[in-house]
Amino acid sequence: MSTNEKMFLGSMFYPLYAIASQISPEPHSSGIQIIEAENFKLHCLQTLTGVKFILITDPKFVGVDIVLRRVYEIYSDYVLKNPFYALEMPIRCDLFLENLKLLLEEVEKFGISYK
Amino acid sequence: MSRQTSRIADPKKVNSELFNLTYGSLVSQLVKDYENPEDVNKNLDRMGYNIGIRIIEDFLARTNFPRCGDMRDAADKIQQAFKMYLGLNPSIGNWSGASDEFSLTFETTPFAEFVELPDSCSNLKYANILPGVIRGACEMVQIEVQSWIQQDTLKGDNVTEIRVRFIKKLEDAMPAGED
Repeated sequence: MSTNEKMFLGSMFYPLYAIASQISPEPHSSGIQIIEAENFKLHCLQTLTGVKFILITDPKFVGVDIVLRRVYEIYSDYVLKNPFYALEMPIRCDLFLENLKLLLEEVEKFGISYK
Repeated sequence: MSRQTSRIADPKKVNSELFNLTYGSLVSQLVKDYENPEDVNKNLDRMGYNIGIRIIEDFLARTNFPRCGDMRDAADKIQQAFKMYLGLNPSIGNWSGASDEFSLTFETTPFAEFVELPDSCSNLKYANILPGVIRGACEMVQIEVQSWIQQDTLKGDNVTEIRVRFIKKLEDAMPAGED
């Protein structure tokens, strides 16, 4: 996906998430947590601050919650603790990408482990 | 933070003396740059705010606490954050009648173990970064608060007291799906 397509995904997903919580017949419903399709699953973690982490996985993938929480931790470390990163801007932090890659490699090789 | 008396140190922990020295050099540089202690206070608060808006995510990522229901919850979480990040144990008290205002009380001013305020800086709020951190962190979870230093051991008071007052919930900023 190109950067533009990614931004498009993000900006489309944001209002869809909001609409989902409103159209729910149950009150106090959360927004979109999982989108299931034939070839993939899209998972979303929304933090209390409104930041959303989206993970697209194989439909059979298990343990997404832990991965998303680890991504949240990596974000809070390598992005937010970088003083040169301005909030709400696209993330161009190499350390963040490196550690993200390491996390995903670890997940692929060994499955999920509680840390 | 640990006060190291032995050479064997956890590589991730920083000697608290170094931290105090770093904060001290920050404040003294601000005093030189701005001359007027009020400006220094404002800048410390602003810097604290910038820290608060970032540190809240770290706090939430590591603790996974749910949203606070009221200020008593919030006070409890702020107290836990002080323990987690600074190893400090402020006590919570002095609640207002409506339970929307409270105090965090420290025996001495944080970071100021060896500090004395000179006469030229008698208005300086040495630890003013902390109310800013509280304000920034709360704002990111859609709680607007006012926070200030009410008492300061550096100025001769018995304790250092940071007061936090709930202003309002930021309904507009509330993430979708949270009522």
